[in-house]
Amino acid sequence: MAIDRNGTPLVEMRDISIAFGGVKAVDHVTVDLFPGEVVGLLGHNGAGKSTLIKCLSGAYQQDSGDIYINGDKVSISNPRDARRHNIETIYQTLALADNLDAASNLFLGREIVGPTGLLDDNKMEAETRKVMHRLNPNFKNFTSPVSSYSGGQRQSVAIARAVHFNARILIMDEPTAALGPHETQMVADLIQELKRQGLGIFLIDHDVHQVKKLCDRANVMKNGQLVGTANVEDVSADDLLGMIIAGKCPPGAIPGPGAIHE
Amino acid sequence: MTDADKPARPAQKKNLFAQLEIDTRLLGMIGAFVILCLGFHFITDGRFLTSRNIFNLTIQTVSVAIMATGMVFVIVTRNIDLSVGSLLATCSAVMAMTQTFITPEVFGLGLNHPATAPIAIVVGIATGVLIGAFQGYIVGYLGVPAFIVTLGGLLVWRNVAWYLTNGQTIGPLDRNFMQFGGINGTLGETWSWVIGLIAVLFAFYSFWRNRRSKISHDFPVKPIWAEIVMAAITAVAIMGFVAVLNNYDVPRRRLQQMFEARGEVMPDGFTQGYGLPISVLLLIAVAVVMTIVARRTRLGRYIFATGGNPDAAALSGINTRLLTVKIFAIMGGLCGLAALVASARLSFHSNDIGTLDELRVIAAAVIGGTALAGGVGTIYGAILGALIMQSLQSGMAMVGVDAPFQNIVVGAVLVIAVLIDTIYRKRTGAK
Repeated sequence: MAIDRNGTPLVEMRDISIAFGGVKAVDHVTVDLFPGEVVGLLGHNGAGKSTLIKCLSGAYQQDSGDIYINGDKVSISNPRDARRHNIETIYQTLALADNLDAASNLFLGREIVGPTGLLDDNKMEAETRKVMHRLNPNFKNFTSPVSSYSGGQRQSVAIARAVHFNARILIMDEPTAALGPHETQMVADLIQELKRQGLGIFLIDHDVHQVKKLCDRANVMKNGQLVGTANVEDVSADDLLGMIIAGKCPPGAIPGPGAIHE
Repeated sequence: MTDADKPARPAQKKNLFAQLEIDTRLLGMIGAFVILCLGFHFITDGRFLTSRNIFNLTIQTVSVAIMATGMVFVIVTRNIDLSVGSLLATCSAVMAMTQTFITPEVFGLGLNHPATAPIAIVVGIATGVLIGAFQGYIVGYLGVPAFIVTLGGLLVWRNVAWYLTNGQTIGPLDRNFMQFGGINGTLGETWSWVIGLIAVLFAFYSFWRNRRSKISHDFPVKPIWAEIVMAAITAVAIMGFVAVLNNYDVPRRRLQQMFEARGEVMPDGFTQGYGLPISVLLLIAVAVVMTIVARRTRLGRYIFATGGNPDAAALSGINTRLLTVKIFAIMGGLCGLAALVASARLSFHSNDIGTLDELRVIAAAVIGGTALAGGVGTIYGAILGALIMQSLQSGMAMVGVDAPFQNIVVGAVLVIAVLIDTIYRKRTGAK
């Protein structure tokens, strides 16, 4: 499917830097994302990919640099701001409250209230049943706490929470790390479906094969800097590995500030 | 098998309690409580489960139970509040000072002026809310652990109360204020029946409403017989409680005094039961409001979510710092309310009021099933916990157990209760 990269990007993170106690976790990184596109963020643990993306999801605030959504500069200082810009995140930890049921987690922070201002739990459960039925028809366990769910069921709840509220920009942090082959395929299908709907997806992953399969473009980071950006068709899995491990930018990719110059 | 021919029917193998949708933990606690009461009743040759003793038990429990409902929220969010007993003392001191010094001498209101009690109560509760919010601010925004902040508070507020009153006992308190103390303020038989009836009707209405709402969303509902059984149990429990309290008669002498005060002569053979104490009514109101907050409001949902996973709550856009302030403010307000009940029951403010209440309150919440790991706890459990603690204490006193042994038993029961709960949770796989 062709992605129009001539228009305004859905998201542009321009020249983002963030440091923790002198360590530059993210160092002048620029990435962008177009509608209907899946952009991978690759790198070792500690390369700064999660930190970068947490600036977009509102968990951190960048020290310098700007974020543009549809060309408009926005300020995202907490997760509520991100949600307001239709940015949804599926965290690696899933960020579920284990003691609550699926519906409470799905609507956490966005509860449905009745005319009296009290929670309408039955309505939330009904909505949850509908969403989960679409996403994972085997899901039946609506009234027990999330702690009793399997890994795949927990993942379903986290995904449902991200896609239920008209997300336009979706951030997925290693969404398949804890999943079996069947569930991984389910996530892959879902990503294709969301692409068709015109969402932009940032996918954080270590696995180059996964990225080659799921993404349109890939950004590689190393030591907080951007090594380069490539169309996944233009580079091989080994090229990507070389970028991740050595910081070498192959001919098919656009080098970033972190690339080694030979 | 005929069951196989009806695949649309849900599984019928649920046990009785599941069909009634009763929490088995609650049932276990009620069971323990009943055994405890029957045991004391037997040992004391039938002196424990008398109207008089049940009346006294309930009014002795109110102050701790009110605070225990707030402690549930504190512990559910993985915090602790060790300052509640001292905070109660400060609130009590402020209320006592307000009604014996400020309203009569500064505002010039006379003795037992109708405005005195409301002013004192509002000032006392506001004091609790402010101090609680202040402690919550230090915990939530400045990041000092709640244990330390409230351990400091334990010393600070106890001695603020001392300083305010110069260590003096302040009394007697305002006559209307003392209505909240228990035996000094009861509704009488007729009004107790009326309140009981209203409570029963309200319970029926909420059962019906919940069922209707579930049906409207095509959710499974309990069989109609189960609804009727639950409604019947509720009605019998409420009306039985009222009947017991109504059965405790006001002493003849006191009735005579009441008639004399009105310039009338008491008819022969006239009796009057105490009925519901206002303090117990206050506790029930607190329990209902706190349960609604816990289950049906965003605030409650956020409290439990934060307790279950603070990071997830924050990433969902919940302001967990402000939430901490709110929880401690609620706790402080409830300390103010408990101070009202406690000082009104004594009919004066004393320097040692509420001493060791922090331990009773925490124990009540924990015995009532609140997990110190956070995320789990119920309001009714905490109240039942407070009632169990109080029954144990006064039952042993009635039996004549020596004071040191009383405390040894209470301490051991706390540990054993949590042990049993831990084992139960492991067995059932509940968290």
